[in-house]
Amino acid sequence: MSLDKTDVEKIAHLARLAIDDQAIPDYARDLTNIFGLVEQLSAVDTSGITPMAHPLDANQRLRPDIVTESNQRELFQAIAPKTEAGVYLVPQVIE
Amino acid sequence: MHTKSLSELSTSLHNGDISSVELTQHYLDRIQAHNGQLNAYITVCDDTALEQARLADQQLHQKTAGKLTGIPLAHKDIFCTQGIRTSCGSKMLDNFIAPYNATVVEKINAAGMVTLGKTNMDEFAMGSSNETSFYGEVTNPWDSDCVPGGSSGGSAAAVAANLAPIATGTDTGGSIRQPASLCNLTGLKPTYGRISRFGMIAFASSLDQAGPMARSAEDAALLLNEMAGFDTRDSTSVERDVPDYTASLNDSIEGLKIGLPKEYFSEGLDPQVARTIEDAIKTYESLGATIKDITLPNTKLAVPTYYVVAPAECSSNLSRMDGVRFGYRCDAPKDLLDLYQRSRGEGFGDEVKRRIMTGTYALSAGYYDAYYLKAQQCRRLISDDFQQAFDDIDVIMGPTAPTTAFKLGDKTDDPVAMYLADIYTISTNLAGLPGMSIPAGFVDGLPVGLQIIGNYFDEARLLNVAHRYQQATDWHQQSPENFK
Repeated sequence: MSLDKTDVEKIAHLARLAIDDQAIPDYARDLTNIFGLVEQLSAVDTSGITPMAHPLDANQRLRPDIVTESNQRELFQAIAPKTEAGVYLVPQVIE
Repeated sequence: MHTKSLSELSTSLHNGDISSVELTQHYLDRIQAHNGQLNAYITVCDDTALEQARLADQQLHQKTAGKLTGIPLAHKDIFCTQGIRTSCGSKMLDNFIAPYNATVVEKINAAGMVTLGKTNMDEFAMGSSNETSFYGEVTNPWDSDCVPGGSSGGSAAAVAANLAPIATGTDTGGSIRQPASLCNLTGLKPTYGRISRFGMIAFASSLDQAGPMARSAEDAALLLNEMAGFDTRDSTSVERDVPDYTASLNDSIEGLKIGLPKEYFSEGLDPQVARTIEDAIKTYESLGATIKDITLPNTKLAVPTYYVVAPAECSSNLSRMDGVRFGYRCDAPKDLLDLYQRSRGEGFGDEVKRRIMTGTYALSAGYYDAYYLKAQQCRRLISDDFQQAFDDIDVIMGPTAPTTAFKLGDKTDDPVAMYLADIYTISTNLAGLPGMSIPAGFVDGLPVGLQIIGNYFDEARLLNVAHRYQQATDWHQQSPENFK
């Protein structure tokens, strides 16, 4: 399998990553090599094998539905790039 | 003073031969003198360290101190530390000061230990050489032209150069064991779920696990005692009692059954490293262990499986770095999409971007079954191999890494070649098993690590097996010439 410029641009868009135009050939080459490595898996017969999502096959633990955290908005927003009146500021989305 | 074991330091502190402030200052002075060359620390915590040391001295004075009270350590810069920057080796988090402590940090603070600083690492723990860090490469204390390994390369270099008595690390595909091997340390990656991941910045959540990086198995056992345990704040933390890992260190290993997987001694393994490992196995035989040849037939699938599972999980985990709530934000974004794309494009380095893209592609519509599902099935095959092997052996041994430390820049242009540096360590993360690397000798002046893999929650046995070897050998006591 070989990934080209269009593939890399599509993946970068899906991943919300701006990448330099001149770096695209390098990413295309590297991703092609990585998927070349991964390609080995397609030769393995895995019919009937249960996928392993978690090393210990554990289930998610449940806890009682009670409030355990206090509101620390000011503390958490102290490290935000831009806030105002308790909300995070981003560029205007709706005209 | 900086070559003493944790137990010796503890005794000196409790006897009043030295204060924690003096000990801490000694390490801060060494960091000041040597960090310029090694680049092992990203952040040095002079003031807070001395403040913690003063509190420790009070507890020592009042006889309320524990075993590790007043002993300094370094944290990999992946653990959130309240009030101290946690960069994860990335420009993205260069300005990130966590509003809380990781559970590991909290527990170690509660034990009275002193945080000297935060150590360098591959960006978001993605790398095997510490060359992907935004803060620059770390050099190996044994040879400044070589890498220390990664991703916990800063922790490894700091402990190997005696700039900290012990350090924390994390291991997603070998990031504790491989640098331990390349820097002559004892590093332990416990069973998945043994140590809380809360506040440990996530790379691949089904693989990540924290552990100690130490100069001996005994030191590692002492720190693991503090790090391990159930935590309600980590949904994958395991509810299981923590034994005293020092209690069984001296148990006899007479009759221990060691399995040697033939796949770990095949093509790609440096012949001199192979000989060093074979010598270590002979030592174990002389200590009463029996050796059995075994096979882990799906070993060759480990690296390709990992490079689907880990990037897939990382692409999801790192989506939170979007320039909105914390971390790096690009200048003058023209709209929301531009803010996301440029903040991430400018904030992440090349290797992180490669892995995010690999994972994004593997999870994208139409490819999920062919890549992610297939990889999870192969993961099961790899894990089953181990369980079959453990039916009639106690531990598995082999090399930690195929070579000794390689030269800086050697593999930076070839990601796949770099990925193969973890060929012997990745399987245990996929299976969730505990694994260790211990010093086993040198090839041309560079350390070689012996890997010991155990069954689930067999950390005590691994430490016992490592300790007995360290009673019979002195490889682990060797320090690099310039940092004695």
